[in-house]
Amino acid sequence: MTAVFLVLSAFLASAVEMVEALTIVLAVGVTRDWRSALTGVGTATVALAAIVAALGPALTLIPIDTLRLVVGGLLLVFGLQWLRKAILRASGYVSLHDEEAAFEREAAEARAAGEERRAGLDWYAFTIAFKGVLLEGLEVAFIVLTFGSAQGSIPLAALGAGVAIVLVAVAGIVAHAPLARVPENTLKFAVGTMLTTFGVFWAAEGAGAHWPGGDASLPAVLVFVALVSFGFVAALRRQRPALA
Amino acid sequence: MKALRRFGRFWWDFVIGDDWRIAAGVAIALGATAALAAADEPAWWLLPIAVATLLYFSLRREAR
Repeated sequence: MTAVFLVLSAFLASAVEMVEALTIVLAVGVTRDWRSALTGVGTATVALAAIVAALGPALTLIPIDTLRLVVGGLLLVFGLQWLRKAILRASGYVSLHDEEAAFEREAAEARAAGEERRAGLDWYAFTIAFKGVLLEGLEVAFIVLTFGSAQGSIPLAALGAGVAIVLVAVAGIVAHAPLARVPENTLKFAVGTMLTTFGVFWAAEGAGAHWPGGDASLPAVLVFVALVSFGFVAALRRQRPALA
Repeated sequence: MKALRRFGRFWWDFVIGDDWRIAAGVAIALGATAALAAADEPAWWLLPIAVATLLYFSLRREAR
């Protein structure tokens, strides 16, 4: 059961981040130069692989309770930030992320930027694609490493992330357009709920608490976090017309 | 110095995000959980309650 949650969480989180990275790469690729943009993607991928390869084995050396306390605490903070934003978006307090609008914005900036060639590359296309993939990919790397190490299975978390990256890349190549139809806020809501759930579960165990029923209480924590979140969305939606 | 500040800023934004009070609340809740567990008291219930409380106050501040 925990393994299923683990793969699913890594898959969903990676899919969301990769949809955003794809929009950036498409924007600079279409408006500037594909070779430079793809070189940026490749360089960022190598940098991310190096980070995971360096930190992955190091994390496995930390005692499991300490690891779960630190990783659980980080996931809890991270998950609550995702959940908070998703609740504010779902209740209408913050506008929904729009991939088509983000694509248009990136493309307009790319068209307006000056021409500078370094190492035979369009430097703007290279750096924007590199930064986009590296920053979005760092979140994926963070989730894969924390989830994987706390559960003692980095390959399983990497599998979920890898499948998501391949699926989004294939969808991007086929559509040749930003993936605007992906229900991004729903995915972010789901990921925030899962990150928070795992954060609560592992951080409590790392701090020395014992869950009634052990691993079997994980779905109960998930349901609790989801119900609390839906409750806040409903309450904020009710409150919103009164404010307008 | 500027690069160091930018590096610190990046990690602050990456982990702590828009509301530092959430991170502070999580740290306090974790400390309280550890203290309860060390005293051999049931401590599993504290973090779920902390999640609901921290979200409530953070969302209330944003919705004002």
